[in-house]
Amino acid sequence: MEQILQQLVNGLSIGSIYALIALGYTMVYGIIQLINFAHGDVYMVGAYVGYASMSFLGLDFFTSLLLAMAVCTVLGVIIERVAYKPLRNSTRIAVLITAIGVSLLLEYTMMYFAGPEHRAYPALPGFMTRIFRIGPVSISSIQIMIVTISIVLMIVLQFIVRRTRLGKAMRAVSQDRDAAQLMGISVDNTISFTFALGSALAGAAGVLVGVYYNSVNPLMGILPGLKAFVAAVLGGIGLIPGALLGGYVIGATETFVASIGFSMLRDAVVFALLIIVLIFKPAGLLGKNVREKV
Amino acid sequence: MKRRFAAIAAAALSLSLLAGCGGSGSADSNADVVRIGLNYELSGPVATYGDASVKGIQMAVEEINAAGGVDGKQIEIVKYDNKSEPAEATTLATKLMANDGVVSVIGPATSGSFKATIPVATQNKVPVVSGSATADDLLVQNGVLQEFAFRTCFSDSYQGTAMANFASENLSAKTAAILKDTSSDYAKGLADNFAAQFTANGGTIVAEEGYVASETEFNATLTRMKSQSFDVMYVPGYYNEVGLIIKQARDQGIDQPILGGDGFDSPGLLEKAGAAALNNVFFTNHYSSLDSDPTVQAFIQAFKDKYGEEPNAFHALGYDTAYFVVDAIGRASEPTGEAIQQAMASTTDFTGVTGTFSIDPETHEPVKSAVVIELADGVQVSAERSPR
Repeated sequence: MEQILQQLVNGLSIGSIYALIALGYTMVYGIIQLINFAHGDVYMVGAYVGYASMSFLGLDFFTSLLLAMAVCTVLGVIIERVAYKPLRNSTRIAVLITAIGVSLLLEYTMMYFAGPEHRAYPALPGFMTRIFRIGPVSISSIQIMIVTISIVLMIVLQFIVRRTRLGKAMRAVSQDRDAAQLMGISVDNTISFTFALGSALAGAAGVLVGVYYNSVNPLMGILPGLKAFVAAVLGGIGLIPGALLGGYVIGATETFVASIGFSMLRDAVVFALLIIVLIFKPAGLLGKNVREKV
Repeated sequence: MKRRFAAIAAAALSLSLLAGCGGSGSADSNADVVRIGLNYELSGPVATYGDASVKGIQMAVEEINAAGGVDGKQIEIVKYDNKSEPAEATTLATKLMANDGVVSVIGPATSGSFKATIPVATQNKVPVVSGSATADDLLVQNGVLQEFAFRTCFSDSYQGTAMANFASENLSAKTAAILKDTSSDYAKGLADNFAAQFTANGGTIVAEEGYVASETEFNATLTRMKSQSFDVMYVPGYYNEVGLIIKQARDQGIDQPILGGDGFDSPGLLEKAGAAALNNVFFTNHYSSLDSDPTVQAFIQAFKDKYGEEPNAFHALGYDTAYFVVDAIGRASEPTGEAIQQAMASTTDFTGVTGTFSIDPETHEPVKSAVVIELADGVQVSAERSPR
């Protein structure tokens, strides 16, 4: 029982990270039907910005988190404007290949400047390294922060999508781009805004992972990026609640597989899950008649 | 738009070309110098091992050259970065032997990469020597002695065995859990030998789990291991992952001693795990700066004067390896790979800072002792030498 509770804590922490990254995938897919493979690398850049701001600028954790989100927002918009916007009317495969190209460009540009070695985040202040022991279960303050910050960001996202004009524009563009344009919505700006939102979340996930695992490297975005993509597809790509559900399902699955002694098969099970879901429920767990996209 | 693509493609292409031609050396041979190749991990995940080894080697070579060189010839180093990749190490070994005309190659630092260069050594009849490749199946592979491969460190079987004995005798451990890097020959070698010796001592291995290099999430596995009771935890692996494992284990309340091998010996371990987690941690090594031997203390002083830092085992092994190679060149009848190979195989009572050793001509293994080092708050606090 105590082991189950502890594993729940472990699964929740990792699941929050996947959910944050998956949200970016799903929003971009919802609005321009593009699987943005560079998204995992935006997360990597976020982790490095956090690292640089904490090690070299000496900023505290929250300022670094905001800085990383800001830098990733700008990066997301630049990627969209430079790489995807000129291909707006090309075939989907052309844009997909471009996304892979952008992904490699980000990885190896970072490797060129920061070097390929794993880097450790600087020592964290005391309140972040506390461990709470509730009976036999240990919860670190970082785990609590990861889950809390993730949930807060997701609520903010829901608010933006549901309650603001820009959110309304996003939903409109995702439903029918041409009709939205006829109604006077700037499609280009709305798409840029979607990239900005998704990239900010990825940047936040990067910093959270950096402080949680205390390790960053230029290729760190590949596997979490793929898993978050699996999470997005699992929940139903294009659906915000689907990405959340998918993220936590993937986190829980990984933890469960490791907890019964098959830690070596963890990634294999996650990708097998994707195949099974695609066979039996191609639209994802939540992808039935849900009208709301973005 | 097409033009923009062409420009990006051209830029990417020229970048990769630039990367490919960095650091090529000239191939002309000079009669007044003896060339030694260095094939080390200067970038990539285990770069600190390569950097440290190279510092030790360079210091030794400078000392030797200042003292007149070997057979009246100065030693010239040809150094390449294998990026911590076995394939790259193989390519560089060929380049060193075929193009640069070296009489011996030192490195790589890790077993997987070193193993990949041995066929090249055999083919070109130029000996390769590693100061830190400790896997068991390197020098004798499937019962066949690799004539042109040597090392100046002991093998994993010895590190695993020494740590198992230390756990049984000094820590009075009856049960042990193992968490090993299954993607590394080094970690698997240590784990197998630890398990064999620990069981032979009357102990029980209660859990054996694995991970692959570059993973960062160990919480689920550790939670599972925590539920089995054990006296010690053996974590053979490299510092990047081990640092994270120790941190996550301590966070979960696993307070038992954590044991390991010389892969722990890097400043990276402290960066990843943090000082608070590095208590009750023991690892086997080839050398410790806490050793009171006068040879060791003299080396430490000279190293500090030169580089302004404390030498670690990789510095010391690199230093010893350079002297070992030069010793063999000095005793060889002529400066060719084959003559040097014979001189290396007949080394007896070579005295270095990591201990005195002879090369066993049957296996090419150096016969020497191990040191068990204890960490408290991330700092080495004690070192015990095992019998040779």
